[in-house]
Amino acid sequence: MAIGPMFKRSVVLKEMGITLLSIALAFAIGTIIIWIAGFSVSAVFSNLWKGAFGGKLAIGQTLAKSTPIILTSLSFLIAFRCGLFNIGAEGQMYIGAMAAAVAGAYLRLPIVLHVLVCLTAGGLAGAFWGWIPGYLKAKRGVNEFVSTMMLSYVAIGFTDYLVAPRGPLHDDKYWANQTIRIAPSAVLPRILRPTQVSMALIVALFFVLLVWYYLYRTPAGYELRSVGLSPTVADYGGIRIKRKYILALSLAGLLAGLAGSGEVLGTHLRFIGRFSPGYGWDGIAGGLIARAHPIGAIFAALLMGALRAGGMQVQRSGAAPGDIAAVLQGLVIFFIIAPTLIRTLIRRRRR
Amino acid sequence: MSEFAVEMRGIVKRFPGVVANNDIDFDLKQGEIHGLLGENGAGKTVLMSILYGLYFPDEGQILIDGTAYSHYRPAQAIRLGIGMVHQHFMLVPRLTVAENIMLGQEPAKSGLFLDRETAIRKIEAFSEQYGLPIDPRARVEQLPVSEQQRIEIIKALYRGANTLILDEPTAVLTEQNVEHLAAAMRKLKEEGESTILITHKLREAIGMCDRITVLRKGTVVGTVNAQETSERELAEMMVGRDVVFTIRRSQAKGAPSPTLRVRDVDAKDDRGLPALKKVSLDLRKHEILGIAGVQGNGQAELAEALTGLRPIQSGTIALHDRRLAGKTARDFITAGIAHIPADRHLRGLVMDFSLRENAILGQHRSKPFSPHRFWQSPQAITGFTRDIIEAFGVRTPSAATLARNLSGGNQQRLIIGRELSKDPAVIIASQPTRGLDVGGIEYVHEQLLKMRDRGAAVLLISMDLDEILMVSDRIAVMYDGQIVAIKKPDETGRRELGELMLSGSSPRLQEQENQEA
Repeated sequence: MAIGPMFKRSVVLKEMGITLLSIALAFAIGTIIIWIAGFSVSAVFSNLWKGAFGGKLAIGQTLAKSTPIILTSLSFLIAFRCGLFNIGAEGQMYIGAMAAAVAGAYLRLPIVLHVLVCLTAGGLAGAFWGWIPGYLKAKRGVNEFVSTMMLSYVAIGFTDYLVAPRGPLHDDKYWANQTIRIAPSAVLPRILRPTQVSMALIVALFFVLLVWYYLYRTPAGYELRSVGLSPTVADYGGIRIKRKYILALSLAGLLAGLAGSGEVLGTHLRFIGRFSPGYGWDGIAGGLIARAHPIGAIFAALLMGALRAGGMQVQRSGAAPGDIAAVLQGLVIFFIIAPTLIRTLIRRRRR
Repeated sequence: MSEFAVEMRGIVKRFPGVVANNDIDFDLKQGEIHGLLGENGAGKTVLMSILYGLYFPDEGQILIDGTAYSHYRPAQAIRLGIGMVHQHFMLVPRLTVAENIMLGQEPAKSGLFLDRETAIRKIEAFSEQYGLPIDPRARVEQLPVSEQQRIEIIKALYRGANTLILDEPTAVLTEQNVEHLAAAMRKLKEEGESTILITHKLREAIGMCDRITVLRKGTVVGTVNAQETSERELAEMMVGRDVVFTIRRSQAKGAPSPTLRVRDVDAKDDRGLPALKKVSLDLRKHEILGIAGVQGNGQAELAEALTGLRPIQSGTIALHDRRLAGKTARDFITAGIAHIPADRHLRGLVMDFSLRENAILGQHRSKPFSPHRFWQSPQAITGFTRDIIEAFGVRTPSAATLARNLSGGNQQRLIIGRELSKDPAVIIASQPTRGLDVGGIEYVHEQLLKMRDRGAAVLLISMDLDEILMVSDRIAVMYDGQIVAIKKPDETGRRELGELMLSGSSPRLQEQENQEA
């Protein structure tokens, strides 16, 4: 990081080249699969493009879907930078979303302040959900890979219970599993009407910069990265490794919590049980596609968001089941992350 | 059969920005022990990696037993009878010796079941034939380094090697074990094996080899007969200038009150067994206290205890009047204890960090690197890194280069630069010259003496007795987790120290004790 890894051009170009090649490879294999499955390749891809980028509405869809994925990608990568696997962004997101929805629906505060309070509540609740596996990792050596994932299911089930018909936070006016609507003062305004893109996108981009700054411009971020690259050397440098584990997973939870808050305050305007189509899981892929770099998370999230938006159009058009987008997504992930993931796992086992 | 086991002709290997091997000719006679000598970065390892098939040469030809090859892969090299014992052993710790050796070539019973007994018998036969005693049923993780090395040698022989490449085999061995290795190499020679010995150590090269080829900056300086050369001649060939072998030490000033007081320290090793037993010592300003000992007698744990990296069970550690026992590693650093760790990879450097990031490790929260809790100053860090590069002669393309891309010697210079720049009151130097070439070793000694003269208290842990005798003002011998003697270098010698290291007492001492009793 001569001036910062943000600007190390040769490395960035090389990494980007590898990434683009992987994406191309994934699409090539995807084409073959579509062809073998007996669908029209041209129809699938034209609809995929149309759904993702064909016009303002489509682009809005892509951006709206990318917004939470930017934050869950950051969630994954900040833990990854500390040498940890946060597989639980999905659950942290649900907990955060619930906290933001409760703060939005039951508090009465002035405009702007109300939004900030809701985001804070969502972030802190997510952070708490990340702190638990962090604490268990530091004090008891519990594998965070397993604990974050398991706590995810706890979070999804727990929030679903809260808004179920007999649950304490159920909106009795409706049959659906959801809370009451948040106050107008708590809403993150739409910025690209009539699409669902809201100020949550701006919040997400702001956190991209914040995470970049934290990792590369603060002593705390320096410590976090050194623990991730070599815990024994960090120990030698006087860094308290266990504290960093707790901190990194708490921050990961915070970012995922914000992703959920953004969905509640900007998109749904209430907490809806099982609202996420898997944004938390997309964050794992997003963080890896971004090669754990915060700026890369924007592009990785856009790719994931575009595949989600395009997949819906493929489904609607009848060219193929929307699942085909999931297949493409899976292939992209496979080609991009398999080498990174395998390298990291091997490095971890060697220790 | 050709006269030569290996001939390498006009080998050229280029890496981006460097020519690692520039038109190298090298030959190995059948049944010869041939030393390959050179400073770090001279191209020894690259040349041998080419021979072993790990790299393809850009130009040149390799003749193995008279047959020419332009390039091949390691699997083929093994079939051609070339075996390599790497500096870092390639063994699976949880498996037994026999399982490690037969890995990849497992003999099978009825084509399905592992035939351990056959393998074990075969290994025992090799062990007997070549005078390399080993228990095939022991688990590798329970064996000392010297035995692990023996396993590697037997593994190569088991795979049919008749040309052995030993990459700095003595770097990890004690004096005693170096003797055993030398004997084993002579035995291998009698059995017709040809051996290439990569080393920096002049005395060993002369003692162990028939011929010695010296490389410098990727070219061959010359090949000499071991019996007709001297350490001085080899050193000149290696570095191209006269090397000062004896350091003229100024008299230690020896302050009256100790800077670092260590009293009755007990600590456990990683397995939970007692590693330090009531260790007490005083470290004074203006002195270098050498710790001599056979590896595994508590030196590593002592270094960690004195730098806050290993908790101590009981006892006290105090810097001046500040009690440090039970404090964190950061407290030890801020109190003014610098640490040159024995293992650069494990402790010294984050290999995937740039030089800049490594340069501030341990001081990364202090001014001027971090003027504020939430702000690091890139300018201050870069400036400081450039100062270290300049002052300590770290050879690197830039301050932003990853530590991984530096040679071992330059990595060590970076660590030493970082630690000494802290202007520490105490320096714990753990094997600071391990794996360095002659020039590098000389440099480290100079730096430690300079710090001593400036008033630092230096603890030097080393397995190299010559180094201890050359640099120390006092010498403490560690044996079985205890300090068994403290000597002045001019009142003792290699012999007495060796006895103390191996038995914890010297016959002379025992005699005295007997007389007293």
